[in-house]
This record gives sequence, C-alpha cells and structure tokens, in this order.
Amino acid sequence: MRGNLAKAFQLTNIQVLRHAAVPKSSTDRLGRKLFLALLNVQGLGAFALITLGVILKKHGVARGVMQPRVRHEINRAGVALMPMFFFIALALGFLVIGQTVYALAQVGATNYLGSTMVIVIVRELGPLLTAMLVLARVGTANVIELGTARALGEVEALEALGIDPVHYLIVPRVIGMALGIFSLTIYLIIGSLVSGYLFAFLQDVPLTPGDYFKQIAEALNWLDFALLALKTTAFGFFIAIVTCYHGLAQPLRLEDVSRVAVRAVTQGVIVCVLIDAVFIVLYLVT
Amino acid sequence: MNKTTPSPAIIEMREASISTLRDSSLTVVENVNWSVAPGEFWVVAGQQQSGKSDLLMTAAGLLLPSHGSCRVFGCNTDAFGEAQLAERLRVGFVFAGGKLFSQLTLAENVALPLRYQKNLPDAEASAIVETLLEIMELTPFASSTPASLAANWRQRTALARALILKPELLLLDSPLGGLGARHRQWLLQFLDQLQRGHGWFDARPLTLVVTTDDLRPWRHGQRKFAVLHEGDFSVLGSWSEVESACHTAVKELLAEPASATM
Repeated sequence: MRGNLAKAFQLTNIQVLRHAAVPKSSTDRLGRKLFLALLNVQGLGAFALITLGVILKKHGVARGVMQPRVRHEINRAGVALMPMFFFIALALGFLVIGQTVYALAQVGATNYLGSTMVIVIVRELGPLLTAMLVLARVGTANVIELGTARALGEVEALEALGIDPVHYLIVPRVIGMALGIFSLTIYLIIGSLVSGYLFAFLQDVPLTPGDYFKQIAEALNWLDFALLALKTTAFGFFIAIVTCYHGLAQPLRLEDVSRVAVRAVTQGVIVCVLIDAVFIVLYLVT
Repeated sequence: MNKTTPSPAIIEMREASISTLRDSSLTVVENVNWSVAPGEFWVVAGQQQSGKSDLLMTAAGLLLPSHGSCRVFGCNTDAFGEAQLAERLRVGFVFAGGKLFSQLTLAENVALPLRYQKNLPDAEASAIVETLLEIMELTPFASSTPASLAANWRQRTALARALILKPELLLLDSPLGGLGARHRQWLLQFLDQLQRGHGWFDARPLTLVVTTDDLRPWRHGQRKFAVLHEGDFSVLGSWSEVESACHTAVKELLAEPASATM
C-alpha cells in the first residue's frame, strides 16, 4: 500500500534534478541528461519488480473487484481494438505481403516465400506494429487516466481505504495489455498472411494456397511460437509499466498530465525497440 | 510488528513534525504532542496552508511524521503496511472535496472498500450499501457519477464511503467546505449522532477529528479544540477555553468572514 508507492516512486532526486538550473557547459548538460535517464531506468526497474511482486503476492485477493477490472482491461487492450487491427491486417497484407509475393514470383524465388514471411511478419512486423498501435491507443489513455487520478487525489483515497493502488490500478492494466498484445499479434499475423495471399492471388501469382501456407508452416519452428509469446507478453508488460509509471510516479498537477503522456509514449517506443533488439539477438543465438 | 504496550489513546503524537504530501522535506507543523481518547470529538482549526490536511493524513498513517512518532490504536504508523491492514481499516478518512473515484457511480464508490476488503457476494454487499445510502439520503443518486452531482452530495458520498467499513475513528478534512447551509446543518447533526452512537454502528460511539478554517459552526456539542498557527499546534480544550483564548489565530478563526459582515 503506502509502502509500495513510496518504494516505487522515490523520485525526489529526479524532481530535484529536473527542476535544477540547466548547466551551461554542453558536457555538463549531457551528463545531467544521462544521469536523469539512469534514474528513470532505476525507477522503471523498481516499479516493474514491485508490480511483479504484487501480481504474485496478491493473486486471488479481492477477486470480486479485480476480475471485472482485468476483464475490462483485456477488452480495452484487445477485443475493442479488433476492428482497427482487421483494417491494419488488410493494409499490411496488401502493402507488404502481396507485393513481396509478387516480387518473388517475378524473379522465380517463390521458394523463399515461407522464410521471408516468417522473418518479416511473424518475428518482426507483427509484434512490433501491434505493440506500437496498442501503445498509441491504450498506453496514452493509461497515462492520462492515471495522471488525472493522481492529480485529483484518487490514489491517496485508495490508500486511505486500505486498497493497494498498485494492485487496484496497475495489475489489471499490466495483465490486460500483455494478453491484449499477444492476442492481437496472432490476429494480425493470421489476417495479414491471409489477406497478403489474396492480394497476390489477384495479381495472378503462380502459387496455390496450399503451397503458400505449406511453405510458411515449414519455415516456422517451435522457437518462433515460444519467442513470439514471450516477446508479445514482454511488450505488453513493459508498455503498461512505462505508461503506468509515468501516470502514477509523482503527485501531478492536471496541467502536467499531457506533458507526462508525451514522455511516456516516447519512452514506450524506446522500450519496445530495445525489447525487439533483445529478441533479435535471441533469434540469432538460438 | 511495532505493537507496544497498549495505550488508551486512539491517536497519540509525540514531538511529531508534519511534512507535506507534495514535498516530504518541507515541514509545516513541528513538535505536535496530542492525544485523542476514545469517544472524543476534536476540531483542529487553522488557516489555509497551515498544515491541517497534512496533520490529518499523518494521523491516518497516510503520511509519516518527519520527526517524532505517531501511534494510531497503539500501532506506530511507521509500520503501517499489509500486516497492519486491520488497524488501518479502523480509521475512516474523508478528504476535502471528497476525492471520489470519477469512473465509478456513487453506489460503486461506496461499495468499493466493502467489496475489496470483505470480498462479499454482490447481493450481500449491495444490501449493505443500499442501507447506508438510505441513511445518508443518497439513494436517488446511487447510479450517478460524481461529476454529475453538486459538491454537497459528493461530500456526503465520501462520508458514506468512509463509514461503509464501520471504522472506530473518523477523520474529516474540512467537511463543511463548499457545503450549502442545509447540508452543513445536516452534517453537523449527523456527526453529533455518530459521536453519541448511531444505529449504523449499533449505537457504538465514534471518535471524530475534523479540520476547519472557521470555528464558529463547531461551537455546540461536546467538542475539544486545537489550533494550528505558523507551524505550532496548540491544544485549547473546550469551547469556553476557545472563547477565552488570547491566541491571535483563534481570534482570526472566530471572526466573521469579510463577505458576511459587508
């Protein structure tokens, strides 16, 4: 409760540094930025660990209140975005897959289609695009909602009622976003692979649907499924952590909320790219 | 566990320094020595920014004293954590302005602590909430959101939310602030009933602490008074002692506001 927030949000140093006079020397300015970034990483890391701890420790606490909240977040970060992802899958199929299939067919390299699709769509574009879209749609809403709740004193009100704000406000968002991104990525991959073939078919590419999907199935291995699940869950977990951290991290004024939302989205993008880089290394190593 | 020898006092502050919520390094009140016994009704008065809210939040265990100690029900608030949840739930807190959850309806706001802490089935929780909403005359607004209601009803809902778990100590931060005359009267009478023993608490007397920047509405009833002025906390005692006090802060807090005298 108060302990959790106090541990996670010990940002006095960050606030002091952020509001201190900007040094004149460019080296000092660079050092200041670097130091702020490190403190931010430390805060995010602490917040992530505390949230994980609360998920494990308070599993099953207040089910009657928490289950509807988790369902609501899954709906918000998953089900509600399905129409948008249907459109994105069509667009991705047309823009990337249809043209790739067509181009490979032109040079007689349709044998490489399966592995190209797996690398481009399954490993990279599907998860990353999903993460970015969910960050933009739901992550921003997270920062604004939590920042407003913080500014209006709702977090203190929760503490006064003996309700852990991390459990009540953060845990449903983390679970909802992790499951939402995982499910939407699968949906986007399947949708774009199918629509991509349809667009290629319309361009008279000499490839039967059976051959197309057989190639893709042969190019996939168990590691792709395992790493896809891990990667999308990591995207969801860390996007939720970054956006919730910035929404709740400090007592905000209402006028600060929009500025903090911009910072959270920027850091969310950076975190997604870093996670992606880690998984590329994992693919290369394994 | 920081439980020590049981103390008869419900709140006990010893040489406590109170810092603010926004800046824990800024001390607004120093050297508070204060005991609240069971069944007492305390009125802590002070001008705006005098540290009333911070003092009350410290008494609730939501803020830690920067120096000295604060015990609530004999438990040091330094140690207020998961293990002390039961002690914490013996304290009800009503924030200035209510601080209701804007995404929830009034009934959901009131039900939240009950459903979260007691894990009751929906039907049972709803019945309890309905009873309290009826007592508080909030039934017609049960499905309204806080933003659609006047401050009078929001404040009353915040009181209902604090009472739903039947606390033994109720802390109210500027409860009369922004209320209309009828609602002020209702609230003053209701708080007196709570102190004497209300049916909601099976006639068990409640201990109350309120903060205010105007002492005059609180002159009636069996109340004790303290004043905050320029970082000092002074216990005055009963109303007769307030009236005879030479404290400049008390005179300011008893004075008619300029708008009322014009």
